[in-house]
Amino acid sequence: MTSVAAESEVQIATRPRRSAQLGMLVFALVITVASFAQVGLARDGGLPAGMYGYGIGLGILAAGAYFVVARFAPYADPLLLPLAVFLNGLGLAMIYRLDLSTSADWKKALQEGKKLSYIGPSTTGQLTWTALAMIFFAVTLLVLKDIKVLQRYMYTIGAVGLFFLALPGFLPSSISGALGAKIWIRIGGFSIQPSEFSKLALVAFFAGYLVNKRQSLSIVGKKIGPANLPRARDLGPILVIFVICLGVLALENDFGTAILFFGLFVSMLYVATERFMWVLIGVLLLACACLIAPEIPHVAQRIDTWLDPQAYFDGGCRIGGKIVNQTHADVCASKGGVYLADSSQLMFGLFSMGQGGVLGTGLGQGEPWRTPLSYSDFIFTSFGEELGLTGAMVILIVYALIVQRGMKAALATKDNFAKLFAGGVSFVFALQVFVIVGGVTRLIPLTGLTTPFLAQGGSSLLANWILIAILIRISDTARRPAPQPIQDEGMTQVVRTQ
Amino acid sequence: MNQITLTLMKVAFLAVLWLFVIAAAGVIRADLWGSKAAAKAQRPRQAAQPARPPRQAAAPRVRRTEPTKLVITEGARAGTTMDLVGTEITMGRSNDVTLPLGDDYSSGRHARLFSQNGQWFVEDLGSTNGTYLGRAKVSRPEPVPVGVPIRIGKTAIELRK
Repeated sequence: MTSVAAESEVQIATRPRRSAQLGMLVFALVITVASFAQVGLARDGGLPAGMYGYGIGLGILAAGAYFVVARFAPYADPLLLPLAVFLNGLGLAMIYRLDLSTSADWKKALQEGKKLSYIGPSTTGQLTWTALAMIFFAVTLLVLKDIKVLQRYMYTIGAVGLFFLALPGFLPSSISGALGAKIWIRIGGFSIQPSEFSKLALVAFFAGYLVNKRQSLSIVGKKIGPANLPRARDLGPILVIFVICLGVLALENDFGTAILFFGLFVSMLYVATERFMWVLIGVLLLACACLIAPEIPHVAQRIDTWLDPQAYFDGGCRIGGKIVNQTHADVCASKGGVYLADSSQLMFGLFSMGQGGVLGTGLGQGEPWRTPLSYSDFIFTSFGEELGLTGAMVILIVYALIVQRGMKAALATKDNFAKLFAGGVSFVFALQVFVIVGGVTRLIPLTGLTTPFLAQGGSSLLANWILIAILIRISDTARRPAPQPIQDEGMTQVVRTQ
Repeated sequence: MNQITLTLMKVAFLAVLWLFVIAAAGVIRADLWGSKAAAKAQRPRQAAQPARPPRQAAAPRVRRTEPTKLVITEGARAGTTMDLVGTEITMGRSNDVTLPLGDDYSSGRHARLFSQNGQWFVEDLGSTNGTYLGRAKVSRPEPVPVGVPIRIGKTAIELRK
């Protein structure tokens, strides 16, 4: 028997824990309101106007989500919802804080000493997206009474996921491109990033496929040395899908998501087959990818600026074998050099976190808005500056807790599909946080991924709230006590009183 | 706002953030070992239960005869419930049946439940180990009363209102 099938003896609380959930939820909202208050007190010496509106807005949404969970998934894990609301609220407060320091109007920006930012942070926009995401959260919980329904439509879900993943690559750049990657679909003033949803769809597909094939994958096959290679007809379909995904992502210049899919593929195969071989193969493939990656120009830039960001600060220009800082590409060209890349965003982020130190500057008292995209990709460095290492640790721990609750739901549930699904999404969630936080802190080369729940962006919020809804549904099913038999083999008649 | 107040506020906020993490850890701890308060609350309630008269005797209700859901009470998938929608539910070990049982003692397509004029019947689909309704082996389609277990391998299934 493999790990998924093995009956794991996990202690499961079988009573609803609504009061713990409500308490933690109120705590998370109090922290959100406190952070708004702190921004206002530090900047203007009074409680900010936005505190009431945004605080009440988030409060109503959280209350709605609580009632849906309490009514339709009473046995659910009590921590998932409060942890997500905590991150969402903290992100909203940081976006509000950055919103106050930036302006889309250059005249205003000059007069008030604000940073000019055309697409800049928008608190109202983020709250609207949060509202929409919460509606999706509620609908997912109401419609998805049983996670196994997804297993029945796994090929459809996989195909739709793949279609939307590939769609931006085939659309003209005016609709799909921005900042070097073609990963958006823009219609009117509305833009979505389909890869966020494709991620969930492909986890569902992989989970469904592996549930059916895991035994033949782990038992049947050719033995080559210590490794046991599965038959092509077992592994083939999933391998084809995987290669298509990576090809599409390479076309779209979306390497962050490619890393996620790769991690997803390896981890789910490992969980399903319980063969350590898959981890080894994954590490080997990753090593090969690291050798090939510098040949791709887009990736080479990222690696160079990661290894030596100072040389590329404000634009690096190679003149006669040496790299010199040169702000403009044309100036660089006029001196006979080759303009390479600009690492100023990464450097600003590092300066920002350095400014924060251990305790941070305090909310509203730092200058995180100096970093480009400080409200989305680089929101973690904004927190690093204003809350310091102490606060950044809290954020990382809360992410870790969400992952832990997801893995716990995977261990507790008896259904193999739900097990693989919960394990897969939890792993991808953790990997995503690692890739983006590792990127902005210069642990690994920077790739653009969203910081779940914190960063401004509708698609990411929607997808992550749906993910939380599914984890809540799985944990509710897992923790629900088993019904008692009404009748005991016909020997004695037992009548149920309700 | 002077600098000292702001610094105090900053440190207090960080402390509250960590308090949130500690509270979350507390919830997980209670999840693992149960909290004392909950254990106390459970005991008096259990003691008081026999004193309460059974609800059925107090208010006899008009009962509907058709069951509305199916519940697995024993076996690998114990706890699974399913709404009785449609007209046929197939059960067995394989994954393409309506209700996969995950039971090694069941056949791939073991038995089926179907409804006729609001009455649900169980029929064995030529399984190796047989299907039991209550204590009787099912050899032809049998009507399934509410609350009588259908046994397939190590799994027991009941219909409920």
